[in-house]
Amino acid sequence: MTFDPYASSRETTEGRVYSVTGGDWDELSTEIGATKEERVVVNMGPQHPSTHGVLRLILELEGETVTEARCGIGYLHTGIEKNTEYRTWTQGVTYVTRMDYLAPIFNETAYCMSVEKLLGITEQIPERAQVIRVMMMELNRISSHMVCFGTGGLELGALTPIFFAFRDRETVLDIFEEVSGLRMNMAYIRPGGVAQDVPADAVSRIREACRDMRKSFKDNETLLVGNSIWMKRTKDVGYLDLAGCMTLGVTGPILRAAGMPWDLRKSQPYSGYENYNFDVITTDTSDAYGRFLVRLGELEQSLRIIEQCCDFLDKLNGAPVMVADKKIAWPAQLSVSADGMGNSLSHIREIMGESMEALIHHFKIVTEGFRVPAGQAYAAVESPRGETGVHTVSDGGTRPYRVHFREPSFNNLQSTAAMCEGGMIADVISAVASIDPVMGGVDR
Amino acid sequence: MSQNEGMFGVHGTGDTSGFGGLVRTGVSTGSSERPYGSYFDDVADDLERAYPDFNDAIEAVVVQNGELTLHVKREKLEEVARILRDNSNLQFEMCLGVSGVHYPEQSGRELHAVYPLLSISRNRRIRLEVSVPDSDPHIPTLVEVWAGNNWHERETFDMFGIIFDGHAGLTRILMPDDWAGHPQRKDYPLGGIPVEFHGATIPAPSERRSYR
Repeated sequence: MTFDPYASSRETTEGRVYSVTGGDWDELSTEIGATKEERVVVNMGPQHPSTHGVLRLILELEGETVTEARCGIGYLHTGIEKNTEYRTWTQGVTYVTRMDYLAPIFNETAYCMSVEKLLGITEQIPERAQVIRVMMMELNRISSHMVCFGTGGLELGALTPIFFAFRDRETVLDIFEEVSGLRMNMAYIRPGGVAQDVPADAVSRIREACRDMRKSFKDNETLLVGNSIWMKRTKDVGYLDLAGCMTLGVTGPILRAAGMPWDLRKSQPYSGYENYNFDVITTDTSDAYGRFLVRLGELEQSLRIIEQCCDFLDKLNGAPVMVADKKIAWPAQLSVSADGMGNSLSHIREIMGESMEALIHHFKIVTEGFRVPAGQAYAAVESPRGETGVHTVSDGGTRPYRVHFREPSFNNLQSTAAMCEGGMIADVISAVASIDPVMGGVDR
Repeated sequence: MSQNEGMFGVHGTGDTSGFGGLVRTGVSTGSSERPYGSYFDDVADDLERAYPDFNDAIEAVVVQNGELTLHVKREKLEEVARILRDNSNLQFEMCLGVSGVHYPEQSGRELHAVYPLLSISRNRRIRLEVSVPDSDPHIPTLVEVWAGNNWHERETFDMFGIIFDGHAGLTRILMPDDWAGHPQRKDYPLGGIPVEFHGATIPAPSERRSYR
C-alpha cells in the first residue's frame, strides 16, 4: 500500500488502527473491508458546527451505534478564577460575568451574593436592588433559553427556530442595553446592590416588551410543540432518569424534565423570590423533548415574574439601589449615555471641584477596594442551566483569596456518556443540545 | 491563625499610599460552640448517632456565615460521605463538586478540598472540608459515592495537584495534558507563560508589578 497522508494506518497493541483525517478514503475503505472488526473512533469537534461551541466529542462507534462517548474540554479555559485573585472584590464582577456568557447576570448575582454573605450584609441589600436583580435575571433566562432553542434547532437541521428565537432575544438585549449600557457581560450587579438605577422610562418599555414577547413566543411554540420531525429527533433521546441526575449532580431543566420540581427560586429563595408568584415547570419524560418543554414553559413564568417586578419597581420608585454603608458602596454615580455606561457628570463635578474628602474616599474605594472579613461562603442561584454555585474564600484582604464557580454546564456535560452510549450517532447531537452547555462556563 | 501584611510590595517611609499598612488575618480553624443553630445541630447529632467514629473522624465543626462546615480526616472521608448520603435522617443525595484552596502558610495542611453537599429531600446544605499536606497531597476519591464528582476531582487535580486516590482516570481536564505545574496554587504566578516576540521575552504580569 502506498502512503496516503489522509488515511494512514499503524499497528498498536489493540490491532491495526487506521487514522483518517479527510481527503480520499477509497484506499482505506478497501483495506478496512478486509478486516472483521468495524470499530470506528470518531473525533467530533472542537471545531464542528453541531457541538455547541468548542466541545470535542470522542465517539466510539459500531456502525451507527455509539458504544462509548467521551468529552474533551478546556479549549476555552481563560483562568478567570485565578485572575479574580489579583483584582478587588468589585472588579471580580467584570471577570465572572464572562464565564457563562449567555447568563452573565446569573454569574454576577451568584458572585455578589457570596461576597455579601462574607460581608454579612445580605439583609441590608435595598429592596429595589433586589427587584432589579430578579428582573434582570429573568430577562436573562429568556435570552439564554432563546439561544438554546435557536442553536439547538440549527444543530438538528431546523433553520426556522433561530430566526424567531433571536428576534425575541434581541428584544431582551435591547432592554439590557438600555438599563446597563451593555448587551452582554454587563458587570451590572455589584456587591451591595446594582451599578445604577433603571432609567425612568425603562419600566414601561419592559412592560411593552413582555406583551410583545408573550405573543411572539407562540411562533416557536406552534412550530415545534408536537411537530413530528422535532419529536422524532428529540423524543426518547438523551434519556437520563432521576437517579442518574442525582448521582451526577445534574440540576436545572434536565432535573426538572426527570420529574423533580427542584428550583432554587422556590426551595431556597434568594433576592426576594419568595415574593413572586410563579410555577416550577416539570415533565416526567427524562428526554430531550421533555427538557425542551420545560424551557418553553419557563419562558412564560419568567414573563410573569418580570411583570411583577415592574409593579414592584413602580412602588419603589426613587428608593436606593446600593447598600447604605459607604465603606462598601461603590462611590461613583454612574449614568448611561450614547457611548455606554460611565461616571455621571455631577459626580465628577463633586469630586473634582467641590469636596476633597469625596475625592479621597472615591480614590480609596476604587483603587484599594473594601476589605472583606476572613472566611468562606457558598451562594447559589438557579441559572438557566441549573445551580450556579460560588465558593469564595477571603483572607481579610481587599482581593478574593479564592473564587470557585460550580458551573452547571461543566457538571451537566458529564452526563453526555450516560445519555448517548447505546444510542445512534445522530442522537448525540440532540442529547448535547438538550444539555445546553455553554463552553465559556464549562472551561472558565 | 495567620497574618498577612502589606500590598503591592510597598513598605516603609516610601509608602504614601497606605497599602503597606494593611494587615489581614487568616481564616480561623477552631471549632464552633454548640448550639450551632438552624438545622446544624440535627445534622451533627444524626451523624454522630449513625457514625460511632464521629469524634475521631471530624476534626472540627465550624459554623460561619450561616453555613456548617465539617472538617473531616481524609482517611475517614469516604465513610462519612457514604453515611451522609445513605442515612435516612441525613440524605445528602447530591455533591456539588470539589473546590480546592491553597493555604501555603498553614504548614502541614496546605491543600484543602471543599465539598458542598445538598440534600434535596430535606432542603439542606452542608460542607465537608479535607486538608492535606503539600508533601503528601492524597485524598480518597468520592466518585464511587457521587459519580458527578468525576470531573470536579479532575479539575481540582489539574489546578492544585491534589491526587484523588482511586479515581479511575485522574488526568488534566482544563489545561493541556503536557502542562507543567498547577495554576491555581498560590506559588504559581498569574500569566506564568513567557511570551516571545522577536527574541524579546515579556515577563509574567505578576513579575512586571508586585502584587504581594
